[in-house]
Amino acid sequence: MRIAVASGKGGTGKTLVATSLAISLAEQKKPVQLLDCDVEEPNAHIFLKNKPNAEETVFLPIPQVDYGLCQYCGKCAEVCQFNAIALMKRTLVIFPDVCHSCGGCWHLCPADALKPVAREVGTVEMGQSDPIKLVSGRLKLGTHISPPVVKAVREKEDPASIIIIDGPPGSSCPVMTAVAGTDYCILVTEPTPFGLNDLVLAVEMLRVLGVPCGVVINRDVPGQDIIDRYCEMQGLPVLMRIPLQTQIARAYAKGIPLVESDPTWRAKFLELYQRVAGEVVS
Amino acid sequence: MKELTIISGKGGTGKTSILGAFATLAGKSVICDCDVDAANLHILLQPNIKETHDFYGEKKAEIVPELCTNCGKCEELCQFQAIQQGQINPYACEGCAVCYHVCPAGAVNIKPHLSGQWYISETKWGPMVHAKLGIAQGNSGLLVNMVRKKAREIAREQSLPLIISDGPPGIGCPVISSLAGTDMALIVTEPTVSGIHDLERIVKVAAGFGCVSAVCINKYNLDEYNCRYIEDLAERLQVPVIGRIPYDLTVTEAVLQGIPVTTLGKGDAQGPIQELWQQVGNLLGVR
Ligand code: SF4
Ligand code: SF4
Ligand code: SF4
Ligand code: SF4
Repeated sequence: MRIAVASGKGGTGKTLVATSLAISLAEQKKPVQLLDCDVEEPNAHIFLKNKPNAEETVFLPIPQVDYGLCQYCGKCAEVCQFNAIALMKRTLVIFPDVCHSCGGCWHLCPADALKPVAREVGTVEMGQSDPIKLVSGRLKLGTHISPPVVKAVREKEDPASIIIIDGPPGSSCPVMTAVAGTDYCILVTEPTPFGLNDLVLAVEMLRVLGVPCGVVINRDVPGQDIIDRYCEMQGLPVLMRIPLQTQIARAYAKGIPLVESDPTWRAKFLELYQRVAGEVVS
Repeated sequence: MKELTIISGKGGTGKTSILGAFATLAGKSVICDCDVDAANLHILLQPNIKETHDFYGEKKAEIVPELCTNCGKCEELCQFQAIQQGQINPYACEGCAVCYHVCPAGAVNIKPHLSGQWYISETKWGPMVHAKLGIAQGNSGLLVNMVRKKAREIAREQSLPLIISDGPPGIGCPVISSLAGTDMALIVTEPTVSGIHDLERIVKVAAGFGCVSAVCINKYNLDEYNCRYIEDLAERLQVPVIGRIPYDLTVTEAVLQGIPVTTLGKGDAQGPIQELWQQVGNLLGVR
């Protein structure tokens, strides 16, 4: 079972839901793996107090020129769709930040003067905060293209576990990489026009990807039913509500998972899991 | 002409609410929403759309089935697994054109792809440039560039002294596009361990652009210990903390009403937001 936790916008409580769900399942002696795919700002390890015990570097290939072979024909610059390589007089300038590692230049260079070399774009950290296996990706500062790091985290998926994916915010490429191919996506939102606006975008994206989804309303206020009305219209289940309470916000601020600051939430998160599992089967 | 961009590292820190308030305090300026993935500023400023433009930011490959000989060459060389059994998945295709160049049968076309729309609008507080990235489209950085370019053109045409931009969360490509060439980055954070954790990364990213940076702590009284921690951290990173805004439910009330919090005329956040704006003005040198 692969469950993604996402939200159109950041700061809605995605990590709160993902970590509390993982902890509640782990306490039931279920094997749980939490993948922190919010590689621009990975935060799940803070809540799990996880010390990584292994780290791998994520590399992407970028071109390197062998001037002994280059004929200064300019073909590489011509084929590059991203202006990542330029021929200036008798020098080839390569801009790694905009290179998409498509391989066009080194496949098409007529003189075989280019070869791919590895460039570090991020890291994947693995840790066991018993009994949760945590895998976190971290985009290297100064690099901007995060989907390859998200992919590297997802390559660590362990099919024997319940896999919970804490996704990045937004609804474009990094999120799509994080949720594609999952069995279900829990969307966390808040009952404001901001929350609704971003939820609509996330739901549309998930429909394109063919991933079924349901909604958790965070900072819920009775009577503020803007999200409920949308869910009803769209036939989306409201899976859980987390009320707007200062003590919840304060515990979150201190980095304490909800199920630890208030253990009565454990049963509710297990129920959330059961509902999701039921939705996946049906 | 000066440009202020509000960024946050982590999302949901109240960036958009603060920018909406600034729009009402700044005097006529160009307002710009660079969070094209999940634009929200229009909810507060209720822009009246004057112009809608299609955005063809990316290219995508297309295979002409009549010409394709199923040799498999394109599939083998596509680095993005976008071609499977002679079919191109447009969501995976990055438009690199490798398939086009290697196809021996000339069966591949590379076509511009409609990936979103951008708008020029009027608000009560000045012209606004904003955009909507299409569903499940990539490369929002290019759309951000477009929005900022238009904002600068409008500022020049109408001789407006200031552009204020709502940036996207994170540190990835749309953030980079939002910061390039801006005069000041205002980093909005909150006193949570996640906020602390993200601050250092976003400060370093902003520093790479050589603009003036400053920090504002939103909901500072949620956790006074973490708030002091952020102040110390900011000092170590050599960025000034120029504002502390209290946790105030009227900020949410304003969002619910679809208005900037400053026009609500009540709540504890009002005074501190106005002071913050003064500080921003001083640092930007616009008054
Ligand atoms: S395509 Fe090859 S030979 Fe031509 S300029 Fe580029 S590196 Fe040199
Ligand atoms: S690998 Fe692709 S994107 Fe990078 S320089 Fe070569 S052609 Fe350009
Ligand atoms: S343009 Fe590039 S990414 Fe798209 S299908 Fe062709 S090789 Fe793959
Ligand atoms: S390389 Fe050209 S001919 Fe070969 S499978 Fe691809 S599109 Fe068809």
